[in-house]
Parts: sequence; C-alpha cells; structure tokens
Amino acid sequence: MSLLQIHEPGQTPLPHAKKSIAVGIDLGTTNSLVAVSENNKPLVLRDAQGRGLVPSAVLYQAGSMHVGEVARAALQDHPERVVVSIKRLMGRGAEDVMRVADQLQYELDTSSGGMVRVKVGGRVLTPVEISGHILEELRGRAERTLNREVRQAVITVPAHFDDGARTATKDAAKLAGLQVLRLVNEPTAAALAYGLDKGAQGTYAVYDLGGGTFDVSVLRLEMGVFQVLATGGHVQLGGDDFDRAVAEHFLIDRTRMFGAEKLTSPDIRRAMAVARQAREHLTEHETGSWPLDLAGRLTWHSLDQATLNALIAPKVEQTIAIARGVLADAKLDAAELNGIVLVGGATRTPLVRRRVAEFFGRPPLTDIDPDEVVALGAALQAEALTRGSDALLLDVTPLSLGLETMGGLVEKVVPRNTPIPVSLAQEFTTYQDGQTAMAIHVLQGERELVSENRSLARFELHGIPPMTAGAARIRVLFSVDADGLLTVSAEEITTGTRQQVAVKPSYGLSDSEMAEMLRASIEHAKDDMTERLLREARVDAERLLLAIDGALRADGDLLADGERREIDRQMQELRRVMAGTDRTPILDGVDALNTATETFAARRMDRGIQQALAGVSVSALADRLVAGEGTRPPGAAK
Amino acid sequence: MAACWSCSGTVDRDGLFCESCGALQPPRLADHFARLGVPAAFDIAVPALERRYFELQRRIHPDRFAARLPNEREYSQQHAANLNDALQTLKSPVRRAEYLLALKGRPMRGSGQETVDDEEILVHAMEMREALAEAATPAAADAVVADARGQAERVTKELVTAFAANDLAGAARLTLRLKYLDKFVEDARERRRP
Ligand SMILES: Nc1ncnc2c1ncn2[C@@H]1O[C@H](COP(=O)(O)OP(=O)(O)OP(=O)(O)O)[C@@H](O)[C@H]1O
Ligand SMILES: [Mg+2]
Ligand SMILES: [Zn+2]
Repeated sequence: MSLLQIHEPGQTPLPHAKKSIAVGIDLGTTNSLVAVSENNKPLVLRDAQGRGLVPSAVLYQAGSMHVGEVARAALQDHPERVVVSIKRLMGRGAEDVMRVADQLQYELDTSSGGMVRVKVGGRVLTPVEISGHILEELRGRAERTLNREVRQAVITVPAHFDDGARTATKDAAKLAGLQVLRLVNEPTAAALAYGLDKGAQGTYAVYDLGGGTFDVSVLRLEMGVFQVLATGGHVQLGGDDFDRAVAEHFLIDRTRMFGAEKLTSPDIRRAMAVARQAREHLTEHETGSWPLDLAGRLTWHSLDQATLNALIAPKVEQTIAIARGVLADAKLDAAELNGIVLVGGATRTPLVRRRVAEFFGRPPLTDIDPDEVVALGAALQAEALTRGSDALLLDVTPLSLGLETMGGLVEKVVPRNTPIPVSLAQEFTTYQDGQTAMAIHVLQGERELVSENRSLARFELHGIPPMTAGAARIRVLFSVDADGLLTVSAEEITTGTRQQVAVKPSYGLSDSEMAEMLRASIEHAKDDMTERLLREARVDAERLLLAIDGALRADGDLLADGERREIDRQMQELRRVMAGTDRTPILDGVDALNTATETFAARRMDRGIQQALAGVSVSALADRLVAGEGTRPPGAAK
Repeated sequence: MAACWSCSGTVDRDGLFCESCGALQPPRLADHFARLGVPAAFDIAVPALERRYFELQRRIHPDRFAARLPNEREYSQQHAANLNDALQTLKSPVRRAEYLLALKGRPMRGSGQETVDDEEILVHAMEMREALAEAATPAAADAVVADARGQAERVTKELVTAFAANDLAGAARLTLRLKYLDKFVEDARERRRP
C-alpha cells in the first residue's frame, strides 16, 4: 500500500499529451519571442517573471548550453563563451562575411570554405546551428507554457533578407524540430497585428529598426487584405550599429590614454554590450558614465545625449533616405499616409523618433508594444495558416532578381516590389556559333554590376542543339514562392529538346553538411527527451517528499524512533540523488521511499478510518491524504 | 469544362474549385482578362479590377492551402502567381494595351527594342526632355511633368476609342506614344530622387 503516492512513476503528463499547436516566432538579432494565437487573440508567451523577450544570446559551456537572459548576463564575465547577434551572419558565405563590419565581434572560422563558422566556448558552429539553438529554446518555452506539442511555426524575417538568409532561417528551424509554415516579413507581421488589433484601414508605413536590421514597408490595409506596396531596408543597420559607433568612441578614449590596444573579439563583444547599456540609459537620461574593463585595464567613459546623437546621426539619416526611396517606389507622398507604425527596440532612441516624425510630418503610432508586435503578427499568421482566417497578406519581393549578361552586367528578371508568389520568364540567346551550353548566374540586388550584387546560384544548361549565334532561344524562368524563396529553371525552346535544369540557390551550406547537422540535432533531441524524463522524475520525487513531510507533521507520532530515522535517512538519500543528472537512482529512491513508508501509510489509514468513524468527513480525509497536491507545478492555462 | 483531378466531379464556373469535393483545380489556359473575370477590352475600371483580384486571392492564395495536399499547394501557388501577373499587366494602361494588341494578333516588339519609325513621337519626346532640362526651378520642372501626365491621360482616352473601333494600327501607335510619356514621367521622378 502506498497512499502517499500521487502519481504512478512515469505518468506525469508529457507536453505532447494534448493536440499540437502552431506558434509565431520573432527570431530577432537581439531578442526573440514566441507567441500563440487562438480565436484571433494573439498572446506572447512569458517566463515565470513575466518576461516575453528572450535575449538571442547563447552561452556554450562544457556539457551544456543556455539561451536567453543567462547567456546575456554571462557576456560580461565570459564573453568568449557567448554568441550574440548571430542573425547578422545568417546565410552568409565565408568570403561574403569578411566584408561585413561585424567580423570583429566574432571569432570566425572560414577555413572550410562555403559557410562561415563561429568559434565559441571551444566549439565551432555555423550560424544556422546557433539560430537553431535559439529556436529550440523558444519551442521548449512554448511547449512548457502551453503544455502542448509544438512542431510548426511561422517565423518572421527582415523584409530585406535575401534568399540565402531566408533559406538559412528555414534550415535552422529544421534543426530545432520545427516545420516552417511560412516565413513572414517582419514589418508585414507588425502591420497584421496592428491592423487587426486597431481595425486600421488605409495606407500605413511600418518603420522597423531592431538590433541588427532595418526595414520600412508601405502597406495598404483594406477589408482584411494587407497588401505591401513597397519595401526597403538594410540587413546590417540597427541598434548594433549604434552600439558600434558608441563603442568606438569609448575605445578611442582609451587609445588616447594607452595608445593602440590589442583587443580580442570577446573584448569587443564586451565593449559593445557596455555601449548598449549606455545608449539605452540615454534614452531616458541626459548623461551618464560607464566602466570598461578590457585587457586588464579599467576605464570610465561618460556620454551625453548630444554626443550620442552626433555619433548615430549618420546611421539614422541612412534609414530616412531608405524610407524616402520606399515612398517613391510606392508612388506616394508622406502626406498621403494614414499613419506610421514604429516597430523594434531601437525606435525608442529619441533621435530616431524625432527624425521619423519630421520626415513623415506626423508623430508615429506606438500604441502596440514595439518589441512584441512582430511576434503577435506571426502568431496570427500561424493561426491563419492552420485554422483559416479572413485576413490575407499579400507581400512583395524586397530585392530584384536577375541574371548575369555580357560584360558583367545584370539583367533584371523580377524587379523589386513585385507581388509574390510570382513566375516570370525571360528569353536569352547564344552568342557563339555552335554553342551547346550556357552558363546561368543568378543574382539578387539592385546594382548594375554583377560583382556588386549577391550571387545566389550558378548552373549550366547543356544539350543546346548547335545553331548559329542568336538562333537558340533559352527561356529562364524565375519563380518566387510565398516565403520569398526562389527557384530558377532554364530550357531551350526552339527545338523542343526541353533540356531543363532547376536550381534552388544555396548559401554555402552543402546538403551533406545540412544532413550531418540534422543528424546531430536528432541526437540532441534524444538528450532533450532524457532531460525531460529527468525533470519529470525530479518533480515526482519532490511531490513524494512534500507529501511525506506533511504526513510526518500530522501523524509523526505513529512512528517508532527507529522507523522515523529510517524514513528520514531515505528522504535524505532521495534528496541527494535528485541533485544528480541520472534519472535511475531517483526512480529507485522513490520506490525505496514508497516501500519504507508503507507501514506508516497503513497506520495513517487506520487512524483516518477511526477518525472518520468519529465524525470526520470523508472528503476532509481525502484532502489530508493527498497533502502535497498543491506542489504540482503550474500547468498550462488551458 | 474539364473534370476534377481528384474525383472527376464538375469544376465550378471560375474553373477554380470542384463542385463535388472542393479540391482546387490546376490553372487552365486562360488570358489575364479571363483570369480576372473581365471582358478582353482596353476600357477597364482599375478599382473594380483590384477588388476582383483581392476576391480571387482570398480564395486561392497559398496561405489558404498551407495545410492541404501538395498538389493543391502547387496549384494555388500557380494560380496566385498568374493572378499577380494578370493584375500587374492589366493595371497599367501601357502594359494592358500591349497585352491586348498581342492577344489580337498585333504584338508590339519586345520591350526596349522598338525602333522609333514615328518621327512625330521622337521629336515630341526630345522636346519634352529639353523642356525639363531647361526648367530653372523645381516648380517649372513640375509643370513640365504635369503637362506630360495630362498628355498621357488624353492618349489613354484615345486608346479607348481606338480599341473600341478595333483600329489596331492606331492603337499600336498610341501605345507607343503612351509608353514614351510614361517613361518620361518615370525618369523625371527618378531624377528628383536624392
Ligand atoms: N530604451 C531603449 N533605448 C534605445 N534603444 C533601445 C532601448 N531598448 C532597446 N533598445 C535597442 O533595441 C534593439 C533591440 O531591438 P529589438 O529587440 O526590436 O531587435 P531585434 O528584433 O532583436 O532585432 P532585428 O529585428 O533587427 O532582428 C537593441 O539595439 C537595443 O539596444
Ligand atoms: Mg525585430
Ligand atoms: Zn472533385
């Protein structure tokens, strides 16, 4: 008999006990969020402290890894073990990344060619894996709070993300065990949340300045249709760049004091973190001063709002210039807009607010939390895709797509701001007599010269029948799906040979590398399962201990001294093994304690019956017998 | 009308869904006018065209088929791409005119390749560019552009008449003029862009 037993071991409900649900994820440069929507009511999922934002920071330690607040806090003491702002490297090849200002912040491994890798905490990881770890944490948070299995998600990306960065995001989701229902552009998601919540109609601009990226989109909201008219932005423009300007300012101070210093990537990461604290402080205050402990030397640096504004003004003006271009693309004047919606934490910066208000000629709308609005929109779209909705998002291509032609020039096939999905074809011809193959080089970007655009794919069409120059007709078809992802195919059409090649651009990660990472993530998923079972065993054990504590307090007099000592000893032993990471001794300890308390349980039962016969109600008795029930961990709201 | 790919049932009037099982049908060959359910004519009200486009997108957009069978997802992608192409083509008077001429068997040559054998159009285009270059103030430049816009509107009206009378040679010539005017307005805007 074991009346103290509340759960059969292994019967604690696992998260997948209930029907699975699709979530919306804002995978940000600085902060990420996960939200869920039911009946058109989106909700950000929060931790026990009520925080919705999960810092997009990962701490890598010997046998473990932590995502979020813990990792961000570790940035000061162990910058060499922490990765931040990994989104800025998504979908970037090794060569491509060397041109990015960010390289100083990371210790990069470009030796293997192809995809760039980051060295951190003794590991070498791709940005896809690191983003995968963040997504896994978000999925875990969702599963724990909802007590439901989560396998599908809408993930938001900057509207200006190129094909490589989009594909990389999808791959990261795959590693985290998530099927991407749709990639939605961040400003579009924000407009969806905003429009549905506020019932807005008309033409709106969304100005989204986050940690790493800037987007501005102009949308028409009409009867539940969210139509993007034009979008523009920059994938390397955000709060991080403000931080860099401030950090450089501090470092120049130090150079004045000590001459040129040799700083490591972790030093730079730490300086950037301090710069950010300074900057955020100056949003509310006129001035302040901050310590910088680098290379064994501590220095103090003061900064006021005016200096900060001067440091960041060039970046802010860049966003205004982009906004001007987008309005022109939408063929609209600022005065024709019905409102400006601000999204992203960096829009709290006073200079940004002021310049946006000046440029658009009206104060921006900020009545939905600029940190959360993107995740809310993603959740709404996840619900729409799985359960239907009256709203419809119609988005566009952010960047032109084209082909290399003679002389290293780009011929555009799909201009930017073309509504998606789209399939457009262009015909090309051979330029040599008897030419039987044609090299096709797919590019993305607005520039004239091939070298100034992002190269997405190269392939060859073979088997063109030999003809005189200019006689063959090669039809190249560009198809962009609703996620903004491109497929290119080519065929020769005069002769009906129908040689066809279709490619999906890759971003430097080969199929075999991806397969290897997937295999590793499945192993890892097994570790997760082990972790979950361990936690479950601990919870069961904790419950049992609490129940026995309660019973001992109430009816301890039923035990002889020796019996009591034995139970105490067993409880102590169980507490000891609970601190370990092995589940088996915990289960054994629970069994042993159950056995050790059998007699006690029986005596309590007897006393209970006697008391019941003496007039104690059975329900009160039952309440007493399940003492400890209140220790059940908080379950899901539903 | 062809039968449903899934159950061989009857396909609805728009050729989109099966009346028996509701399955989305593959796109059947149709021109942009048919896709948007309007008669193949130049005289079109753009707002009505857009309403029809939204209505159709609501029914066939890939977001509506995210949880459906792979072939339905593929069809919806094709339908949506066709609709986008249709709206982009028919919304712009120049592209609509070019498209209609091609449908009627009198295609203009591929974009940018027309040789301007029309002296009058050429001279007129050059005069306008000179006027713009000579405009001393932004207001004067705006006036030149506004004049070009006015001309484009008039040409568009003449196109309505030409197409109504099935005067394809006349329509082709007007289309070319409209194309030059549009290009001029576009370039002027581009130049004002900082
Ligand atoms: N009070 C504040 N004043 C100024 N900047 C702030 C403030 N609070 C947050 N920020 C800045 O906002 C940025 C983070 O914003 P957000 O969380 O929206 O970015 P993200 O979504 O992670 O990035 P992205 O959308 O670019 O991928 C950081 O650069 C941070 O310094
Ligand atoms: Mg963001
Ligand atoms: Zn059918």
